[in-house]
Amino acid sequence: MTFDLFFQYLFAGVTYGIIYAIVAIGFNIIYNTTGIINFAQGEFVMLGGMIAVSLLEWMPLPLAIAGAVLITMVIGAFIEMVFIRWLDNPSILRMVIITIGISILIREAALHVWGESIRSLPYFYGNEITSIQVGSVRFSPQVLWVIGVCGIVVVSLSLFFKVTALGREMRACSANRTAAILCGINTRNMVTFSFMLSAGIGALAGCVMSPITYTQYDIGTGLAIKGFTVAILGGLGNSMAAVAAGLILGVIEAFSISVVPLAFKDAISIGILLMILFVRPYGIFGSNEAASLKEF
Amino acid sequence: MKNMLTKVVLAVAAIGLMFGPGLQSVQAKTIKVGAILAVTGGASFLGGPEARTLEMLAAEVNAKGGINGDKIELVIKDSGANPEKAISFAKQLIEEDKVFAIIGPSTSGETMKIKKIAEDGKTILLSCAAAEVIVNPVAKYVFKTPQKDSFAVKKIYGEMKKLGLTKIAVVAGNTGFGKAGKGQLLKLAPEFGIQVVTAETYDKKSTDLSALVAKLMANKEIQAVVNWSIVPAQAIIAKNMRQAGWNVPLFQSHGFGNIKYVEAAGAAAEGIIFPAGRLLVAESLPDSDPQKALLLKYKNDYESKYKETVSTFGGHAYDAFKILCHALKAVGPDREKVRDAIENTKDFPGTGGIFNFSPEDHNGLDINAFVMLTVKDGKFTPYEGK
Repeated sequence: MTFDLFFQYLFAGVTYGIIYAIVAIGFNIIYNTTGIINFAQGEFVMLGGMIAVSLLEWMPLPLAIAGAVLITMVIGAFIEMVFIRWLDNPSILRMVIITIGISILIREAALHVWGESIRSLPYFYGNEITSIQVGSVRFSPQVLWVIGVCGIVVVSLSLFFKVTALGREMRACSANRTAAILCGINTRNMVTFSFMLSAGIGALAGCVMSPITYTQYDIGTGLAIKGFTVAILGGLGNSMAAVAAGLILGVIEAFSISVVPLAFKDAISIGILLMILFVRPYGIFGSNEAASLKEF
Repeated sequence: MKNMLTKVVLAVAAIGLMFGPGLQSVQAKTIKVGAILAVTGGASFLGGPEARTLEMLAAEVNAKGGINGDKIELVIKDSGANPEKAISFAKQLIEEDKVFAIIGPSTSGETMKIKKIAEDGKTILLSCAAAEVIVNPVAKYVFKTPQKDSFAVKKIYGEMKKLGLTKIAVVAGNTGFGKAGKGQLLKLAPEFGIQVVTAETYDKKSTDLSALVAKLMANKEIQAVVNWSIVPAQAIIAKNMRQAGWNVPLFQSHGFGNIKYVEAAGAAAEGIIFPAGRLLVAESLPDSDPQKALLLKYKNDYESKYKETVSTFGGHAYDAFKILCHALKAVGPDREKVRDAIENTKDFPGTGGIFNFSPEDHNGLDINAFVMLTVKDGKFTPYEGK
């Protein structure tokens, strides 16, 4: 394989990987406060893209994206309040099934609102054929946007969970809910807040990736599966690990295409997931001890 | 005696009640036409316009008093391009709803799954899917309205020959349409002296194909790429090729005949070459063209009613519905007679071409149904060579 080709694959892999990672981060936030996996995470990504495309008719692109993120956050909070907040000490299985139901509900609602056609935001810089050339490697400038936004999200999230009081309270909910309540933390509000946060991040991801991948009412499921794979691969709950795992998976997928037919791409990523679940069920970067303290 | 009289009156009344509604229903008959279409899901680009077209046409026929006085009742089922759903809907339509005929399914994969069900149920099936295997071998009750994929392939290869392109790459989606098209592309290549250097299949839900493009691009022999699919990946591959700075000609299948794909691919769609029916370039046809009048009417009706650009896929449902109505009008609502009438339809202009059915040919279109189109300034225009 030539040097140029190597970097061409690498960039394709990084593009896939970052998209997976940013979805995985959404899973992690809700997991960190509630201990459950929100299977409607992919739908937040879809909603972000769809709402931004609709808002674009009335406002410039940055405002449309901001609006879409805010509206999706409100939807996230609303969903939590209606479907989850009033449950008294629900089991994990019950919560998971509720989120699967929510994801179907959002998908069908989106079908009625936006129809079945694909939409996309315009490229943030240039158009469909603009490419940046480094040496003889070419890639779309949108890839840089996705990488940049993902980087900012990861860094600010880490700071938020480590430094701010709110972030620490959210982590406390996950570590031990009863203890958190005894310390005077309103755990219900924290859960609502985590839904808002992950809805917002999902929506932002949906906006920046929309020019590359397009947005359609049913893209959520596919994204959720890959995002979930990456979240497990990195170790649930750890955003930095999700980015690393996303990049690993994306790059493996891209390079696998150079050796085997493209049709095997997904088989390879699912194969990796299975292997990890057998060998290191707590993820590449997770620790066995920490995982054994969790319910799920 | 009085008692007896009461009984007689009651009996007459009862008989009247039994037969009365029956007699009425004979006079105002409705013909149930089923449709299995992928209104949602990965092939919604096909099923959406098809379902809307059928609703529009059925309303139009019924507003004019129906066919020989019989109203058409549409029963549209959304299969979501899922073959399992298509199978259960086909059984439901044939056994429970007892429909007169079925229009659809939208995709080749689904059609192949229900071909036998329609045949066993002796129900006319007018498929809106393209793959040639649907009507080859011929099944007695199964017809299809889209042009055959082998003609599309021949049209593309013919154009390549003119352009002097001999070494190509074939990429296809993992749908029934993609697989059938890939098969035809590989089979017919030697006839035209074309060598398929590499053939790849991608997932129908693919969101980025830049790694595939990198792989193809590394092979310097490749002079052109043919993509065969009906999914949004049609637009994605165009973008990824141009972003990578790879400017070999890109040919697409007749599945590209929806302006939304052009919008989705934006500047990357410019110069894509593909075969399609004449609907997309109706305005630029000469007035002598037998299809022009009906193409323009369908286009204007559809676009004013639904506020979206017409696509060839809605046209396939249009043809299916019109062919069925034509036969119904000629011989009345008798399934066997209508089947024979469809099989003997000749010189019938539709959106896909001029239909000439025969017992051997349940598609009825020839290679002239296709014209080569290209994209210029975000619009479909006839392709006139280099």
